Amino acid sequence: MAGLGSACLLVGLLTALYAAGASVYGARAGSRAAVASGRRAIYCVAGLMVTATVVLQSAFLRSDFSFQLVAEGSSTDTPTFYKFTAMWATQDGSLLLWALLMSLFSSAVLFATRRSLRDIAPWATAVLALVAGFFLLLMVAWENPFTTLASPPAEGAGLNPLLRHPAMMIHPPMLYTGYVGFSIPFAFAIGALIVRQTGADWIRATRRFALIAWTFLAAGIMLGALWSYAELGWGGYWAWDPVENASLMPWLVGTAFIHSIMVQEKRGMLKVWNVSLIVATFVLALLGTFLVRSGILDSIHAFGASTIGKQFLTFIAIAILGSTALIVSRLDDLRSRAKLDSLMSREAFFLVNNLVLVGLCVVIFWGTFFPLISEALSGEEASVGPPWFNRVTTPLALVLVALAAIGPMVPWRRASRSGLMRSFRLPISVMAVTLVALVAFTDSADSPPALVMFCFVALVLTVVAQELARGTAARRTIAGDPWPRALGQLIARNRRRYGGYLVHAGIAVLFLGVAASSAFDQQTDVRLSPGESFEAGGYDITYVRPTAEVGRDTSGTGAPIVFGAVLRARRGDAVQTLHPSRNFYPSQNAEAGPIGRFFEGEATSEVDVRWGLRRDLWTAVRPDIAELEPAIREADAKFADAGDDVQAIVIAAIVERYREQAPPASFRAIDSPLVSWIWIGGAIMILGALIAIWPSPEARMRRVTSIYAAKLGKELSSA
Amino acid sequence: MDPRRKRKLRLFVALSAAVLLAGALVYTSFSASTQAKEPSDLLAAAEPGRSYELTGKVVDDSVDRDGERLTFRIRDRDGRESLPVTYSGVVPDPFREGREVIVSGELKQGTFVAERDSLITKCPSKFTKDEQSA
Repeated sequence: MAGLGSACLLVGLLTALYAAGASVYGARAGSRAAVASGRRAIYCVAGLMVTATVVLQSAFLRSDFSFQLVAEGSSTDTPTFYKFTAMWATQDGSLLLWALLMSLFSSAVLFATRRSLRDIAPWATAVLALVAGFFLLLMVAWENPFTTLASPPAEGAGLNPLLRHPAMMIHPPMLYTGYVGFSIPFAFAIGALIVRQTGADWIRATRRFALIAWTFLAAGIMLGALWSYAELGWGGYWAWDPVENASLMPWLVGTAFIHSIMVQEKRGMLKVWNVSLIVATFVLALLGTFLVRSGILDSIHAFGASTIGKQFLTFIAIAILGSTALIVSRLDDLRSRAKLDSLMSREAFFLVNNLVLVGLCVVIFWGTFFPLISEALSGEEASVGPPWFNRVTTPLALVLVALAAIGPMVPWRRASRSGLMRSFRLPISVMAVTLVALVAFTDSADSPPALVMFCFVALVLTVVAQELARGTAARRTIAGDPWPRALGQLIARNRRRYGGYLVHAGIAVLFLGVAASSAFDQQTDVRLSPGESFEAGGYDITYVRPTAEVGRDTSGTGAPIVFGAVLRARRGDAVQTLHPSRNFYPSQNAEAGPIGRFFEGEATSEVDVRWGLRRDLWTAVRPDIAELEPAIREADAKFADAGDDVQAIVIAAIVERYREQAPPASFRAIDSPLVSWIWIGGAIMILGALIAIWPSPEARMRRVTSIYAAKLGKELSSA
Repeated sequence: MDPRRKRKLRLFVALSAAVLLAGALVYTSFSASTQAKEPSDLLAAAEPGRSYELTGKVVDDSVDRDGERLTFRIRDRDGRESLPVTYSGVVPDPFREGREVIVSGELKQGTFVAERDSLITKCPSKFTKDEQSA
């Protein structure tokens, strides 16, 4: 089976190279047949990648340890759900996932454009084929996921326990879908530059793909944050880790791209800027993959010292230099006819929003690569931490949220003073009332940035509500519908516009959660014996009793031993019971002893969070099992050669001992206000994006009519 | 003002704003950064009162927990020189003897006193195949 997988990769590489060659030949020689052949070759690559993935996944599901990847990333006692996800927990498997998604996306876009963009599409095909070819080459030459072991082990190493969380199942594929998706508009932009067709055609053809990529990347980032909050035992959702930053950067520039292409579509301006943005987005997506793969910056995510860092860097360098040279050589074609009429216009605000988004990306880039920059400049490796990131990104985030409110209210070309007054009267008043109410009734003023953010959030939400109300009222007057139907029709007929507004509202809600939870959370770390209590924020928490279980896998992650605690949290009259715990996974290290290895391996926190709209109570426990050590040592000496069943009884006895006389355990409790709104805002954002992506019925109708018209025209001309 | 001069002025204002912001970025990042050092670097020359980021491997059998406080020794990645560290706060899940860690703090009388919650562990061995045997 591994042979089949390797063969798929090799044939896939050759097919991709053929696709590139045939498309370029077809474009230059004007051969439709060659172009079609190149396109079909891409479909073939997709088929081959699907086959390769099926081969690998079935090896994971069968626990076939003759596959090196399976032996290293899975085991028979890894739950099935996680066997399925183990593929992308490894470097080679992630490359295959990239190639799979890349070929599927490419096939989809080439199928959709098979009858349009006759000049641009062949070149785009070639670019897509080369990108897919690069990933295939990496696998064929250096990191083959189908490497087999001559002597397969009886048991695999198992999936890293930290990755055993449902969010991890979908987080990496979503991020990758986002990264890969941006290569579609990139390829078409390059194609458009090559054939000097720099109008908005390539944008119209790939806009939806950019939106899909953006949505997946957003969802992937949100899930990553959720995983960090609910699985990693530190209680935060964002740590400015290089890998987190790597996913945020292409998203920010992609956001700028999605906004500024509207200016090109409407007014034919910002052409150079748009192609530059999409090149930057693509390069940053590659860089994101590279950062995870290369281990160049220290991060828990980096897959250790990698063999493919140089190759990635070379490919990124080629992409940057090639695209830049191409853009420079086409500057004359990219000149726009229109000029900015006024600074008080939609296009001017789009430009400002772009500058802020790109500025944010530059700042994050600088901080992420600071260790390298500093080493190059001063010879000393130094780094900047989360406080620096928070300080420099906060003002930019504030401006961004304010722009999310102002932008949609300013008309294209030029705004009139009276029009602006009319649009902003209500939102500004609501913002002022919010400000007064917050200062009067809450202690928000303790954190000025948070207070400003709350006001801007109110501004955005009012603007969006006002726009919806105005549009609905207009539809009611025109069509005479009752208002729920008018609202539905309004959104359905202007999906891009109102979907976009919903995304703005989602962002505002998200930042409400971010500002409130980062400025006003109260974190308490204590060490307690059973029966003792402590205060965490507004809660009185009592450590009621320890828990210790063997073989009762409550979290579904396959951990044999779980130590934990029962906590009772009281806030006013409300009492809640929480069960934070810690999973202990057996170590594969033989030196730890047959019984000791069950206590010496990886351990992960299973935090217990009481989610709430007003506040979350987040708790984690770190049981101290040092006092069990003498007993474990003794058991290792006595029962080293005993049967499995005897050893199981001994382990159960040791675990039982913890429950009966538990030493003090360390706890962390966080009283975090409004943090749930981050996830709610994220969900609203995704919903808005989906509305914007969904094809409207009219567009489908138009397409059908145009195909019909084209056919009619063809028949008429042949007649 | 004629439009050409206006455009030039706009460009000038935008460029100077960009330069100012870039300068601020460089300045704040260098002043907020902490230098990464290995134990031997700090033993050779450490400025008192300066904050450093200490990287290295946790020495085997050196980890000791006393209530809230964790003490251990960090040694050079490829060397023997080591420094004692005192730390309090959250210990990351993958923290183990022999693993690479990063911790921020300052050197006080021969002991590296770490800031609360500043301990970071590098990737756990199961992520990579190279370290699997280690």
